[in-house]
Amino acid sequence: MKQILNMITATISLNKDHMPVQRDQDVVPFRNRVKEYATKIRMGLVNQTKLQTAASELVRNMLRYGGGGEILIEVVSRGRDNGIRLTFSDKGPGIADIAMAMKDGYSTGKSLGLGLPGTKRLVNEFDIKSELGKGTKVVILKWANG
Amino acid sequence: MAIDITKIFKKKQTEILERWMQNQLADAGLREDLMSNEDLRAESEELITALVKSLNDKNLSDADSGDFDHVIEILSGISISRARQGYSPRETGLFIMSLKQALIEVVQDEIEGPKELVEVTLKLNRLMDSFSIITFETFIKGREEVILRQTDEISEISTPVIRVWDGIIALPIIGTLDSARTQVVMESLLTEIVESESSVAILDISGVPTVDSLVAQHLLKTVSATRLMGAECIISGIRPEIAQTIVHLGIDLSGIVTKATLASALQYAFRTLRLVVKKEVKAIS
Ligand SMILES: Nc1ncnc2c1ncn2[C@@H]1O[C@H](COP(=O)(O)OP(=O)(O)OP(=O)(O)O)[C@@H](O)[C@H]1O
Ligand SMILES: [Mg+2]
Repeated sequence: MKQILNMITATISLNKDHMPVQRDQDVVPFRNRVKEYATKIRMGLVNQTKLQTAASELVRNMLRYGGGGEILIEVVSRGRDNGIRLTFSDKGPGIADIAMAMKDGYSTGKSLGLGLPGTKRLVNEFDIKSELGKGTKVVILKWANG
Repeated sequence: MAIDITKIFKKKQTEILERWMQNQLADAGLREDLMSNEDLRAESEELITALVKSLNDKNLSDADSGDFDHVIEILSGISISRARQGYSPRETGLFIMSLKQALIEVVQDEIEGPKELVEVTLKLNRLMDSFSIITFETFIKGREEVILRQTDEISEISTPVIRVWDGIIALPIIGTLDSARTQVVMESLLTEIVESESSVAILDISGVPTVDSLVAQHLLKTVSATRLMGAECIISGIRPEIAQTIVHLGIDLSGIVTKATLASALQYAFRTLRLVVKKEVKAIS
C-alpha cells in the first residue's frame, strides 16, 4: 500500500470513501459515486467521462477476474489542481505477467483486452501491482484539469 | 437452585403472548392497513409456540443450536413476507424485539434470586438478539429480491423498438448496457427486423452514460447479429466526450456506420433506401 502510494505523485488527500464491490449490481452505484466526486471538484465533462470509463473498466476486471474487492475513492490536491484517485484492491488470483496484461488485445477472458491498456491512456497516473495467489491492486489518478 | 426456564415459559405461554401483543399494538407505527390484528396474533402465536417448544436450559445460550431450526424458519418466513409487503425495517424489527421484552418481563416475575435473574436475562437477551439479526438479514434479502425483480421489469420496458419509417427501425438505449440488457436489446431488435421486414436498424446510445470496453463489445455483437439478418445497423448518439473516450480506450468502431445524432442516422438510412425528403415549394399565386 505505502509503496504504491509513493509511486504516485505526492498529493494531499482531502476526502476519502470506501466502497466494497461484490456483484455486477454494484457497478452503477460506484460509477455514480465517482461522478459525484468528479462534479464536486468541477472536473470537465471530457475528463469526467474518461475517469468514469477507466473506473468502469477496473471495477469490471475486479469483479470478473478478482472475485470482487474494495475501492478507495479519494479527492486529492496538488497545488491549485484537484483530482480523484481511485484504488482498486482485490484478493483474487493475481496477474502472472503484468507486461502481457497491459498489452492491447491481451485477454484471458475472450474479451477485447483493452481494459488495462485503455485505462492507462485515459488517466493521468496509473499503477498496477499484483502478486500471484494474493491479489491485485490498481491505482489511478485523474486531475480535474489534467 | 437451578432455574427451569422451560417450565416457566410453558406455564406462562399465554401470558407471554398477551404481553407481546400488547407491546406490538402499543407501537404507534403499527401497520393495520397491511395486516389485521387477527393475522398478527396468529403469526405471533405460531412463533411463540415453536419457541417455547424448542427452548431449554442448554440451548438458551446457544442460538446456533439445531433445536431452533423451526423457530428460525418461521421467523424468516415472516420476515421475508413482510419485506415483500412493504413493511419498514422498524416495523419488522419491532415484532421480534417486543417479544424479547415480553419474555424478560415474565422472567422478572418468576425468578426471585437477583443473581439467577440477571443470568437468565442476559442469556435471553443474547438469544433474542441473534434472532433479531436473522430477522434483519432475511428482511434485507426479501427487499433485494424485490429490487432484482424490478430491475428485470425495468430492463424490459426500457427497450422499445420504434418503427421510424417503412424499412427503418430505431432502438434508443437508455441506461447501462450490461450483458442481461444486451440480450433483451438484441432479441427485440432481431425480432422486430423480421416482423417489420426492415433493412436498416438504428441503435441510439445518447442515453448510455458510459461506453467502456464491455458496452462496446455488446454493441459490436449486436451490430454483427443485425448484419447476419441481412440488415444494416447504424449506431447514433455518440456524444463528443464519448467519442474521445472510445478513441483513447482503443476500441475500433471503424467497421461500423456511426452518427452523432439520430437525425443524421435517419438521413443516412433514407439515402440507403433511396428515399428523398424534400421541402415543399409552394407556387406563389
Ligand atoms: N483484477 C484482476 N485480477 C486478476 N487478473 C486480472 C485482473 N484484471 C485484469 N486481469 C487479467 O488481465 C487481462 C487483461 O485485462 P483487460 O482489462 O486489459 O482485458 P479484459 O478484461 O480481458 O478485456 P476487456 O477489458 O477489454 O473487456 C485479463 O484478461 C485478465 O487475465
Ligand atoms: Mg477488462
